[in-house]
Amino acid sequence: MAFTYSEKVMDHFANPRNVGEIENADGIGEVGNSKCGDIMKMYLKVDGNTITDVKFKTFGCGAAIATSSMATELIKGKTIDEALKLTNKAVMEALDGLPPVKVHCSVLAEEAIKAAVSDYYTRQGIDPEPIVGKIEISHDHE
Amino acid sequence: MREIYADNAATTKLSPVVLEKMMPYLTEVYGNPSSLYGIGQTAKKAVEGARANIAKNLGAKSPSEIYFTSGGSESDNWALKGICHRLKARGKKHIITSKFEHHAILHTCKALEKDGFEVTYLDVYENGIVRPEDVENAIREDTAIVSVMYANNEIGTIQPIAEIGAICKAHKVLFHTDAVQAAGYCKIDVQKQNIDLLSMTAHKIHGPKGTGLLYVRKGVLIDNLIEGGAQERNKRAGTENIAGIIGLDAALQLAIDTMDERNSKLERLRDKLIDGLLEIPRSRVNGDRVHRLPNNVNMCFEGIEGESLLLRLEMAGISASSGSACTSGSLDPSHVLLAIGLPHEIAHGSTRMTFDETTTEEDIDYILETVPKIVKLLRDMSPLWEQIIKGEKSGAKFIS
Repeated sequence: MAFTYSEKVMDHFANPRNVGEIENADGIGEVGNSKCGDIMKMYLKVDGNTITDVKFKTFGCGAAIATSSMATELIKGKTIDEALKLTNKAVMEALDGLPPVKVHCSVLAEEAIKAAVSDYYTRQGIDPEPIVGKIEISHDHE
Repeated sequence: MREIYADNAATTKLSPVVLEKMMPYLTEVYGNPSSLYGIGQTAKKAVEGARANIAKNLGAKSPSEIYFTSGGSESDNWALKGICHRLKARGKKHIITSKFEHHAILHTCKALEKDGFEVTYLDVYENGIVRPEDVENAIREDTAIVSVMYANNEIGTIQPIAEIGAICKAHKVLFHTDAVQAAGYCKIDVQKQNIDLLSMTAHKIHGPKGTGLLYVRKGVLIDNLIEGGAQERNKRAGTENIAGIIGLDAALQLAIDTMDERNSKLERLRDKLIDGLLEIPRSRVNGDRVHRLPNNVNMCFEGIEGESLLLRLEMAGISASSGSACTSGSLDPSHVLLAIGLPHEIAHGSTRMTFDETTTEEDIDYILETVPKIVKLLRDMSPLWEQIIKGEKSGAKFIS
């Protein structure tokens, strides 16, 4: 490989936190596409304004799995507003950095959260766009 | 934990036999072959001895057809640039190659396109083999050279070199082959196979890194790539890498001496591994199973991504390689897997394992135990796999 992952990335890749699905989730977001080699799907359980549980499933490289895992850890137990403030940079910093070619994985993790929150608002009958912004569900790199 | 090196197509371990032959030239015989005194002349003799033996081993007519280089990439660059620049003055401006060559060829072709050359990239079909009739149909009045690799570095498919050589000869077009992966595994005879130029390197066959060669048939005029001193009969400047050259010769000799026995052992292990891995649902072997290097296994597992598989294999002590986008830093998967027609999402989930004579039956058993567990673990957390088993998404045509 033309790069090395930090120990934290390898830890989250080897022992990903919060893997799986949530039955009767309050919000589900899926971003990325198989053509580009990464898809992230995030499940949220929301109580009041708090994210009480979060799970993910990811198809992708080591960084894609590690950023998904770290992102779920960073928003679990947080309010929705706090979760929406989570940037890809914060995910990267929490993982002690990512190789430059993998930065897009952290962007995907940020977007997966936003997509799940959007879905939550939609289910609540609230238009998510003014709160969350526009979510690109599919990433076409071409 | 068991440690298995399964990336011999990337590079190999230096053979102790080869190292022993190199040692005097790394220590006592340090003279410059261009010098007239004792250790210089001893070095020169050794280089010329290696050249003569390599010429014999490749079926060349004369030792003067062998030029030592820094390795496969230099040889490939030199063959194409040296021939094309020479023939441009004669109105030749067309190159024929295949879609799945090594980047040393493909990127050189791209550079030559900028210099005004036109390149035909031949299809390699689903089995990863160039069709000789396609070569014949692509040849034009202004074709300077045909360059088709002897065996592919990712999927190990062996090309019909003698047939392509015969066609090129009949049409009076030069034929170059990149034999970096094939040398030591395939029987090379440049005269019988009508090869005009051939690239190879030492480090893929248990020789040292940094030494290769370009065979150039006598009478073929080629411009220099590296200018400077008068080494290699004025064709390739730079003080000779004596130890490397001795190592290249020793490695090729060793590989040829052990070829038949090693190939039959490796073929058996390869086939056992492929058959075993094909038991995994929705898996496939990439490239022709018969016309294939004896040490190459390249598989796709649908619904998972190659780099994740690779990292998990590494955690289990298995060093393999992947044609995955992520390892190269580009978002596109391997150009080789795309060339054989795989859709992106399947090509992303590939892995290559390449063995050598030290690989054992127990190693293969261990891999067969380990890979299915890793594939299952990654599929269990893959939303793509979820879509596939629900029947929402499938590259069924490519996978069984």
